[in-house]
Amino acid sequence: MTRTANPARRGAGLTGAVWTVLAWLAGLLFFLPVLWMVLTGFKREVDAASNPPSWFFTPVLDGYRQVFDRDLMPYLLNSLMASVISTLLVLVLATPAAYALSIRPVARWRDVLFFFISTKMLPVVAALLPVYLLVQNLGMLDNVWTLIVLYTAMNLPIAVWMMRSFLLEVPTALIEAAAMDGASLPVTIRRILLPIVAPGLAATALICFIFSWNEFFLAVNLTATRAGTSPIFLVGFITSEGLFLARLCAAATIVSLPVVLAGWIAQKQLVRGLSMGAVK
Amino acid sequence: MSTTITTGADATPRPAARPTRPDRKQRWSRRAPLLPALVFAIVVTQVPFLFTVYLSTQSWNALRPGSREFTGLANYATVLSDDRLRAALVNTVVLTASSVLVSVLLGLGLALLLDRKFPGRGIVRTLLITPFLVMPMAVALLWKHAIYNPSYGLINGIFGGNTDWVSQYPMVSVVAALVWQWTPFMMLIILAGLQGQSLETLEAARVDGAGPWQTFTRITLPYLRPYLELGALLGSIYLVQTFDAVFTITQGGPGRATTNLPYEIYLTTFRKFEYGEAAAAGVVVVIGTILVATFALRVISSLFRMEDAR
Repeated sequence: MTRTANPARRGAGLTGAVWTVLAWLAGLLFFLPVLWMVLTGFKREVDAASNPPSWFFTPVLDGYRQVFDRDLMPYLLNSLMASVISTLLVLVLATPAAYALSIRPVARWRDVLFFFISTKMLPVVAALLPVYLLVQNLGMLDNVWTLIVLYTAMNLPIAVWMMRSFLLEVPTALIEAAAMDGASLPVTIRRILLPIVAPGLAATALICFIFSWNEFFLAVNLTATRAGTSPIFLVGFITSEGLFLARLCAAATIVSLPVVLAGWIAQKQLVRGLSMGAVK
Repeated sequence: MSTTITTGADATPRPAARPTRPDRKQRWSRRAPLLPALVFAIVVTQVPFLFTVYLSTQSWNALRPGSREFTGLANYATVLSDDRLRAALVNTVVLTASSVLVSVLLGLGLALLLDRKFPGRGIVRTLLITPFLVMPMAVALLWKHAIYNPSYGLINGIFGGNTDWVSQYPMVSVVAALVWQWTPFMMLIILAGLQGQSLETLEAARVDGAGPWQTFTRITLPYLRPYLELGALLGSIYLVQTFDAVFTITQGGPGRATTNLPYEIYLTTFRKFEYGEAAAAGVVVVIGTILVATFALRVISSLFRMEDAR
């Protein structure tokens, strides 16, 4: 992603300055709604609903206080539990599968790979009713573990594709050399494969975490108060009467923060993850 | 566990390129790491669909207990002759196509802007990817209440007027919020493509007297094609299932102006409790998806260089 000295594309003179200004303007314009969300979260409700919009104001924490008064924590914990456990499960299932589709492939690896990705294309909504009835029968409605199982299935195809692309980068010679030296499979995995694919595992985990953390459709239909995740908490903030914009923006900022920070820190892994390993 | 999928995987052992066919034991040792994931995916994603097919043959409204009975294909007749599903299909296509197209074009523009060195480039890129990282539900609520609101929304606040954006331009309102969120995704993929472009080719074009525009249309754009296709394809996979934005910004309205297929089936299931019809609609959508996906899979296999495994 970072490229060193590249004279061909380094802006020169006036044209370069214009492009630079344009790029900055575009960046600020795209960021404006996010900035507006964060600012509004620090306003009093009356200021938040003012017209024309107030850009300068004395920041207050009323919005945040109300968010925590409304018991945000259980929702955050549900989100955390659903995202982290499903991500771990996905990695445990996807990594050996990716191994069997790359380094030591099964006979029809191509078909299997396409089967996985085809499950990603099937509309979730078509499975909603049977899943709902099944979950209801099992007495698992409003239970975080229901979400964990479904999120694992949701992210499994992405993770298999990603992990396969990372495993393919392990030099064959290295694995053969290990086999020559009589290294057992666990040793080969621990000493050779894991160190090389560790960044890949991290990237995969990041993507799975983002998708689970942000998921709304299954959560809204299968959970209520006990197992509700953070997007469910957000929806509960809308009232038909009274002003709610400041506290809504405070809540939206809090629940978005983990993924925004993770994404900022891991920008490079993000590209590869989002393209399922196709773009390096 | 291993016996459950023997038939599928074992049916036609491919005449392998390997000198000797691996024996039975070895084939199973290759398969073993794959099985847990495969079985899990089949159980969680395929079994519900079989159940959907069964439900679609039932006349079943959950609000009328005891009303459940076998009706054959009656639900399909209802669903296929129903204008609502057709309208939802059209809305889905419009919504998906326009958000993908606009965000690819904007993403291309932004990627070109970022594909050069300038002061603060890293910061600008960080600012640009942020919309994609904000929780989609937060995005939908933010746009609906803080940006589109006629009396205190940001747009009317800056430009004046008291346009009710959501009810006057419902589809545009939904698409604009989606485009804002997905443009960074497209930009990241296209930018990665741009940065892999060989500088020698560009240099050669310049030496041959090609202007910037010519270089862009004749060299850069054809080179970027797989990246544009990849972005559009992956974007479509997610955007065709759009639910959060419709649910929050317009509730499918006004009337049915923005009701897409996911939202329509959701309404049939959990507002009207017409389980049989919802299931039939689901089956129809799955069949449609399979038709589209067959094409999409072909594109994928050409995009991902399917390097032969070892």
